[in-house]
Amino acid sequence: MSAVKNPGDSRLRRWLHVGFCAAVLFFLVAPVLVVIPLSFNAEPYFTFTEGMLRLEPDAWSLRWYENVLGEGRWLPALGKSLVIGIAATVVATTLGTLAALGLSSPAMPGRGLIMGLLISPMVTPIIITAAGMSFFYSDLGLGQTYTALILAHAVLGAPFVLIAVSASLSGYNHDLNRAAANLGADGWTTLRRVQLPLIAPGVFTGALFAFSASFDEVVVVLFIGGPEQRTIPREMWAGIREQISPEILAVATFLIVFAVLLLAAVNWLRQRDYVRAE
Amino acid sequence: MVNPMTDKRLRAALLAAPLVIFVAVTFLAPLALMLVRSVYEPAVADSLPATLNALAEWDGRDLPSEETFRIAGTEFVALNEVRALGSVATRVNRLQSGMRSTLLGTARRLGNDPPAGSWRDAMIDGDEDWAEVSTWLAIRRAGERITPRYYLNALDLDRGAAGEIVAQPEDRRIYVSLLWRTFLISATITAISLALAYPVAWLLAHARPARAGMLLLLVLVPFWTSLLVRTTSWIVLLQNQGVINDLLVVLGIIADEQRLSLIYNMTGTIIAMVHVLLPFMILPLYSIMRTIPPRHMQAAASLGASFWQSFRRVYWPQSLPGVAAGSLLVFIMSIGFYITPALVGGRTGQLISSMIAYHMEQSLNWGLAAALGAILLLLVVLLYLVYNRLVGVDRMRLG
Repeated sequence: MSAVKNPGDSRLRRWLHVGFCAAVLFFLVAPVLVVIPLSFNAEPYFTFTEGMLRLEPDAWSLRWYENVLGEGRWLPALGKSLVIGIAATVVATTLGTLAALGLSSPAMPGRGLIMGLLISPMVTPIIITAAGMSFFYSDLGLGQTYTALILAHAVLGAPFVLIAVSASLSGYNHDLNRAAANLGADGWTTLRRVQLPLIAPGVFTGALFAFSASFDEVVVVLFIGGPEQRTIPREMWAGIREQISPEILAVATFLIVFAVLLLAAVNWLRQRDYVRAE
Repeated sequence: MVNPMTDKRLRAALLAAPLVIFVAVTFLAPLALMLVRSVYEPAVADSLPATLNALAEWDGRDLPSEETFRIAGTEFVALNEVRALGSVATRVNRLQSGMRSTLLGTARRLGNDPPAGSWRDAMIDGDEDWAEVSTWLAIRRAGERITPRYYLNALDLDRGAAGEIVAQPEDRRIYVSLLWRTFLISATITAISLALAYPVAWLLAHARPARAGMLLLLVLVPFWTSLLVRTTSWIVLLQNQGVINDLLVVLGIIADEQRLSLIYNMTGTIIAMVHVLLPFMILPLYSIMRTIPPRHMQAAASLGASFWQSFRRVYWPQSLPGVAAGSLLVFIMSIGFYITPALVGGRTGQLISSMIAYHMEQSLNWGLAAALGAILLLLVVLLYLVYNRLVGVDRMRLG
């Protein structure tokens, strides 16, 4: 057993560690980014053509973007995704924020149990949720309707709002409520003028998560949506399974840009939350 | 005078109530309905009341009486005339194969040519199946409103002639081995994710804040990217004429005709799912490791411990809560995963979820889909309770 530390040994270990992490991070990011250049392929292939590698201008083209943005299935799909996503986000954010406010109170009875129950839609396998909902909404005569999809996406998005707002509230100083009461504000005024403005970053973060969950959801759409509800994920699913075409890669590129924007928005909100909590 | 504490409780409960009611109606009720569907099957009982009534008194050993034949035959013809026999026939067929054509054929023959004499002779002349006791047992069993048959089916079991529980014939046993495969693939994905995530989380947790923030972005970009986009990426990369195979051929590592089958099989499922679930392992590990002071490792080293000794005895035990949280989360998500295996799993890379989708959408055996769903749900709920005990759902954080 050698108790003497060998500095060469630890430097080697450090390089191995950094190299390993670089490889893992490459594994995480590269597959996402590879579709971006491929979406400019002039040929209907899913790999780099020799021309693309030699950077010949003819090998690159915007034809798939023209297809996506032109007359076709993608723009109507975007409209449907936005209608469902925005409506579901409004419902999820309203109910989730109210529930987080209630659950943040130490007086709330059965806190842990209720929290577990309210988060369960997020951890239940989506295939089970979708199967149950497909029985439920067709029995109610609401199969293949926007109402059913909006309600379904709202209940799937609400846990994200609940978690985000609860995180915001965990740094909230409840003395502020008492101070507001001392100054003569009633419960509703305190909520509206004191508490909500302070937790707003958490509310918006939760809303972004809920919207993003709806905007990417395909299984429930497959099970309870009809031909009228062909959203973007539904069209992508069909595209991957049936007529695979680089149009998918162009749509994927848009969605990657959208994801980066969402991430930037959430980071910005988190910084604001941090400043206020200090 | 109102007790202020009661008032506060009421206010808190009223704030939480709308979401509680919403989740109960739009989430718990559908799940409850699915559980009901897994044991309750009224279609045959509602369609063949007279036949089942007659069969209830039958001893189940000899063929039923002439009277029962007549009642059943008449009811089959009547149902067929309103085109309602098909769904009954499908359900009886699940208990005894061949029964669909037997029922529909018999109803057609009897309808065109009602027997003048014995219904029993006419039915047996038309189709020999009616001379089998098992045919009548199958109809009687299909008529049970509350039935364990879907659960038995989902566990590769069946009921014998006397109602005892027996194993399915060898070639019809598929679900238990599929459950096992789901379990093994999920465990493999969890283990690979942990091995990849641990060093990365360590690097993130002990790097300077600015650099850690940068590296964290590399984890969060895929985390936020659409699941369908990430799955598409893997199809692009792994397929036969895809980027990785092309690269290997160009580099001369494999010959053009030996391209690797990396997708539409179990390999494809594992690679793509590790990619999708890795952030869910890295993030909980990172948040726990950030709380471990680097001084602990330095102190161990200064006391003469080698790197591995101090890692094993000082660092690893402190990081265990993160290991448990991340592993449970990844495992829970894996066993129910549907989208990625369905798109890249081919035949050998499917999980139990694909079978639920198959029975929901293609075979339309909803009772079996519901029973498989209920079994999966039970597993997830158990794991979720363990997670809640170890980590606490209220400590769950978003990216």
